[in-house]
Amino acid sequence: MNDRGLFRKSILGLGLAFLYVPILSMMFFSFNNSRLVTVWDAENSPTLRWYVRLFENEQLLGAAWISIKIAALSASGAAILGTLAGLVLTRFGPFRGRALLSAMTTAPLVMPEVIMGIAMLLLFVALEQMIGWPEGRGLLTITIAHVTFTMAYVTVVVQSRLAGFDDALEEAALDLGAKPATVFFKITLPLIMPAIVSGWLLAFTLSWDDVVISQFVSGPGSSTLPMEIFSRVRRGVSPDINALATIMVLIVATGVVASTIWMKRQERKRALEEQMARSDTP
Amino acid sequence: MAERVVDRQNQYLRIESVTKRFGDFVAVDNVSLSIFKGEIFCLLGGSGCGKTTLLRMLAGFESPTSGRILIDGQDMSGIPPYERPVNMMFQSYALFPHMTVAANVAFGLEQEGVARPEIERRVREMLDIVKLGEFAKRKPHQLSGGQRQRVALARALIKKPKLLLLDEPLGALDKKLREHTQFELINLQEQLGVTFVVVTHDQEEAMTLASRIGVMNKGQIVQVGTPTEIYEFPNSRFVADFIGSVNMFEGRLIEDEPGHVRIRCDDLDTTVFVSHGISAAPDARVFVAIRPEKIEMTRGQAAEGENCVGGVVREIAYMGDMSVYLVRLDGGRTVRVTIPNIERHEERIVWDERVVLRWQPSSPVVLTQ
Repeated sequence: MNDRGLFRKSILGLGLAFLYVPILSMMFFSFNNSRLVTVWDAENSPTLRWYVRLFENEQLLGAAWISIKIAALSASGAAILGTLAGLVLTRFGPFRGRALLSAMTTAPLVMPEVIMGIAMLLLFVALEQMIGWPEGRGLLTITIAHVTFTMAYVTVVVQSRLAGFDDALEEAALDLGAKPATVFFKITLPLIMPAIVSGWLLAFTLSWDDVVISQFVSGPGSSTLPMEIFSRVRRGVSPDINALATIMVLIVATGVVASTIWMKRQERKRALEEQMARSDTP
Repeated sequence: MAERVVDRQNQYLRIESVTKRFGDFVAVDNVSLSIFKGEIFCLLGGSGCGKTTLLRMLAGFESPTSGRILIDGQDMSGIPPYERPVNMMFQSYALFPHMTVAANVAFGLEQEGVARPEIERRVREMLDIVKLGEFAKRKPHQLSGGQRQRVALARALIKKPKLLLLDEPLGALDKKLREHTQFELINLQEQLGVTFVVVTHDQEEAMTLASRIGVMNKGQIVQVGTPTEIYEFPNSRFVADFIGSVNMFEGRLIEDEPGHVRIRCDDLDTTVFVSHGISAAPDARVFVAIRPEKIEMTRGQAAEGENCVGGVVREIAYMGDMSVYLVRLDGGRTVRVTIPNIERHEERIVWDERVVLRWQPSSPVVLTQ
């Protein structure tokens, strides 16, 4: 019994180590004083030197700001288009071309990014030659490209939420005199909001760390953060990248932990309320 | 129960030869029906009989393939659900989970553009009627099943619809609560004078709620009548069998007079004498239906005369208020008999006793279809 317990614990430890040792070592070395990322300077460490350097690095900060803008814009675009696609696919019955639309909206989930990137680049170049828009490549083209591939994720999330949606709720609203548009904004939208928000977050993350597609459709002065990191690493890893990565990991981890705690709490509150309702008199 | 104010002159809802097809499947087959103002009309039938489709056509969620529906004289063709003077209470209640009880009830009035103070007043009134005044600020998940049912009812009634449609209104409640709610529903209907159309598969629910019942089978209305008419004078084998339990015997008319008939049944050793005339061809095959509670059972060996057969008790189910006996007749058929348990100390008939079954000449119903 004890042996088995020990065995299980060591397997768990190994699994966690496999997943998190790389990240932890990266965070650890961000406090290293040495110029060389892999050599620990025991005398002068730990230090916040690289963090200070990072905030003096206009280029990296600028790239981070561009990335945030692109991620926010493309996630919003993807949330709107993905919600519409999800609605059409679940609510409009078996119309002509439904299977095709369904396959096409979700295709980017499995499409190699390199191909998406080339296709986008060729399209933008051809468009520019034909109608003069988009002028050159930059923020706009990256955002459009990101919308096309992140939209698929939002569609899938919204679609699954709508599939579990009681149609009677919309019918009840219609029955009470609400016009279809009112039904959508007062009933459907608030109820699928959690799915849209998680779709938005997913799209934001995907856009935030995309390198391949951005690489194809970016232009001068529109390097995103991952592109910037990538090009720096090719010239040799410098410790301020570690510092930057550490900050990013901390932000994400805080967000995940906070939302998990909040959801757990909501769940517990709801379960309690439901229990109280059951014990009430009819 | 107080007598309902049903205006039999006023055909409030008229369904005129309505048919609904889904592809090749005929869900509702040429149904014509009139429902009077102020009554509770129950559409009763098994699953897939078309009752829900008919109700959804009244609400406007489906449109008839042919035929038309008139409410208070107004043709409903092409009128969307949000413009019909009809409200519906859904089987799942369909309460909006993100709104409070008060907001759920207020929703219909908000769509009409009623002024805020007026909405608040009417919502409060309605919640008081369904005894939910103190729950106004709760969300649906904070309510018990019975409370949710009453919120759904309040929400459907607040616009004072000409017609309230109820889809299995008591289906999601447990047995004790159902009985209680049934009578509440009737009281409320009398108080507000709204015409109810109820869809249900539960015959008990239909019998207690309805002023009239329409029995449906395979998309068609088989019989329309008061609960008593449906139970005591079923017009077909389907209705006799569907409502309550019945002993059915196939037989042949051997004597056909205006005041009485005699029937020879294959499974009975006696002729059945019925004290009323029927309309059937001489020598026709007919079915004799006798309800279990209309058969008298006594201990005894010999069965003599008409409407009288002998048998042996095979099964007894003691239910408290009454007992159900399954009696094997000498001819081999098994007959169901229910006996009320009037005496506490009586020596009840037990397994394997020989009994004689007898019924009044007025009890059997003779069916030709």
